[in-house]
Amino acid sequence: MIKIKNLHANIDGKEILKGINLEVKAGEVHAIMGPNGSGKSTLSSVLAGREEFEVTEGSVEFDGKDLLDLAPEDRAREGLFLAFQYPIEIPGVSNINFLKTAINEKRAYLNQEPVSAKEFLGMVKEKSALVELDAKLANRSVNEGFSGGEKKRNEIFQMAMLTPKLAILDETDSGLDIDALRIVANGVNKLKSPNNATIVITHYQRLLDYIIPDFVHVLYDGKIVKSGSKDLALELEEKGYDWIKNESPL
Amino acid sequence: MAYSEDDLKKELKDQEYKYGFTSNIESEVIPKGLNEDVVRLISSKKNEPQWLLDFRLKAFAHWKTMVEKRWAHVSYPEIDFQNISYYSSPKAKKEVSWDEVDPEMKATMDKLGISMDEQKALSGVAVDFVFDSVSVKTSFQDKLQELGVIFCSFSEAVKNHPELVKKYLGTVVPPTDNFYAALNSAVFSDGSFCYIPKGVRCPMELSTYFRINEANTGQFERTLLIADEGSYVSYLEGCTAPSRDENQLHAAVVELISLDGAEIKYSTVQNWYPGDKDGKGGIYNFVTKRGICHNHSKISWTQVETGSAVTWKYPSCILKGDNSIGEFYSVAVTNHYQQADTGTKMIHLGKNTKSTIISKGISAGFSNNSYRGLVQIHKNATNARNFTQCDSLLMSDQCGAHTFPYIEVKNSTAKIEHEATTSKIGEDQLFYCNQRGISTEKAINLIVNGYCKDVLNKLPMEFAVEAQKLLEISLEGSVG
Ligand SMILES: Nc1ncnc2c1ncn2[C@@H]1O[C@H](COP(=O)(O)OP(=O)(O)OP(=O)(O)O)[C@@H](O)[C@H]1O
Ligand SMILES: [Mg+2]
Repeated sequence: MIKIKNLHANIDGKEILKGINLEVKAGEVHAIMGPNGSGKSTLSSVLAGREEFEVTEGSVEFDGKDLLDLAPEDRAREGLFLAFQYPIEIPGVSNINFLKTAINEKRAYLNQEPVSAKEFLGMVKEKSALVELDAKLANRSVNEGFSGGEKKRNEIFQMAMLTPKLAILDETDSGLDIDALRIVANGVNKLKSPNNATIVITHYQRLLDYIIPDFVHVLYDGKIVKSGSKDLALELEEKGYDWIKNESPL
Repeated sequence: MAYSEDDLKKELKDQEYKYGFTSNIESEVIPKGLNEDVVRLISSKKNEPQWLLDFRLKAFAHWKTMVEKRWAHVSYPEIDFQNISYYSSPKAKKEVSWDEVDPEMKATMDKLGISMDEQKALSGVAVDFVFDSVSVKTSFQDKLQELGVIFCSFSEAVKNHPELVKKYLGTVVPPTDNFYAALNSAVFSDGSFCYIPKGVRCPMELSTYFRINEANTGQFERTLLIADEGSYVSYLEGCTAPSRDENQLHAAVVELISLDGAEIKYSTVQNWYPGDKDGKGGIYNFVTKRGICHNHSKISWTQVETGSAVTWKYPSCILKGDNSIGEFYSVAVTNHYQQADTGTKMIHLGKNTKSTIISKGISAGFSNNSYRGLVQIHKNATNARNFTQCDSLLMSDQCGAHTFPYIEVKNSTAKIEHEATTSKIGEDQLFYCNQRGISTEKAINLIVNGYCKDVLNKLPMEFAVEAQKLLEISLEGSVG
């Protein structure tokens, strides 16, 4: 699905990613953990194509294509989805209209017919039920005036609507209450298939009780310094990151 | 609506100003220059009655004493009024039947998307087409006549309904009102006239389409619309002009009279040639639009302004009658080096009068976009209300957005609310859209349309689609 090789990236001349290697295969769930400021969101931004970041070295292959060669919107249309750590508000644009546009842009890119009104409404109904998103929110402007938790839920709703191949969830669990956490995790699990993959970025082992990862990686100072099974998350919870820092060859 | 986003996309491909073509139609143009003889010449070419010539001459005499006031937040070089031709008319005689219309003229109308044939009947729009200075053809006259609705060119109205013209002309915008209104009153060549009789709800949208074709001519049209007691009319106005390197002057006057219990909805999609991306050429659009509301009547102005190099216009309402209502909904877009200074005046004279102002300015490139509005509550206007919302959206770091709200209250029972916001389309909003597969152009569109929704919703359906397209074209390449 995605093969990241020796990825280096700068912002304003400062190196943030210092050689990331990671491969995620179809059907897998990977968790990335790591202390604040270690570069987790930077990695997701670079993969999604945020221009502020300059890739100085390395390569990313996504579903056989050179990801770094694609414009951000084409990466999305190819099936890359990022649930933002801080979802953006777009006043005046309804969630529904936003999603319909997004779906049709993707369909046009894939030479498919635009979605019919009926089909679309069916999808909205089904997917908003999946993440138990209030129908009212679907008609409101994108994220405008949403509570922190509602924004996160809306990200997963969008993900469900866009059916990506690879979804990166950047701290989708933070700010969610216990029930919401279960609902969101549940949604993610239901969308899981042998053909797609998920990267969850989180600080809390708690989420991983719901979304069981096949692998856990620790990102530290721009590098993946340790990888393991889901037990690694438990170990981290217990020992904190100092343990890794000490082990790290840096 | 059958019209899909993709139709829109297709249509917009490589589109800059698609109305920039010139029609090869033989015209009669009078020599450049302005003096009393020119005013007389225009009047005699139109076989006007003495009272109208007198109206013109008086206006001209006054104009000569005036100096152009430069209070608007726009700048343009001094206009040489002697270097403009004040009358141009397609040479062929005025057609009687559609079949006799010059084929080139028909082709022009086609290109502009105006059709006079019966098809248009389905969409319920009657059209008057003003080409350069002269009204070419008005459709559906017969149908309207059955109801007593008069919808014709201004010249025809002078000929066939002189008593109405004489009674109302210059009563809302006196010839002395301002520099360009005085000029227009002296040299106006044609325009539209409309009268809705008592109690009649005009069953179709009335639409006038203005087109400047000839170079070095000015366009000075005059619109007079009278809604008699208890009547209703929705009126649309569209404008385009060829792309030319020289600036051209358009100075129109529109007067609306809404008698007791009447309602006028006046919508404009202004798309005069805006000049090129370096600010060369384009129309100077200096327009005076004003309406008077009698008891229990209403005037609603809706405008989408995307064209012209320089615009100043303030469609206004004089709320003279008790319980009358004035509304102003505006979207003004400026890109490249365009300048717009637009807004409204709501003059509350009667009791329980209400006004609403919603203004959405969008500035891109190096343009300047100003909202200028006056809300005036007079001494006797008890319980007057006004709500004003004026928002600016910035699309670049080099453009300017300004608001100049003036509020004058002489009655303590007045309630006035004013809200204003300034926002910028953020990089992170665009990236968020990109990440969902939406291209930057489309994202800007979504955001701009969302921003203008409250105004676009006020337009008749057909115009709303057109307006959306226009916004898209006007802002193409404005971010990035
Ligand atoms: N736009 C930016 N300008 C300058 N520095 C930045 C920018 N974005 C990120 N950084 C820096 O890059 C480093 C990594 O930030 P990043 O947001 O990727 O961390 P993170 O691992 O997601 O942290 P958190 O757990 O707090 O979300 C930080 O030191 C941060 O200050
Ligand atoms: Mg982060």
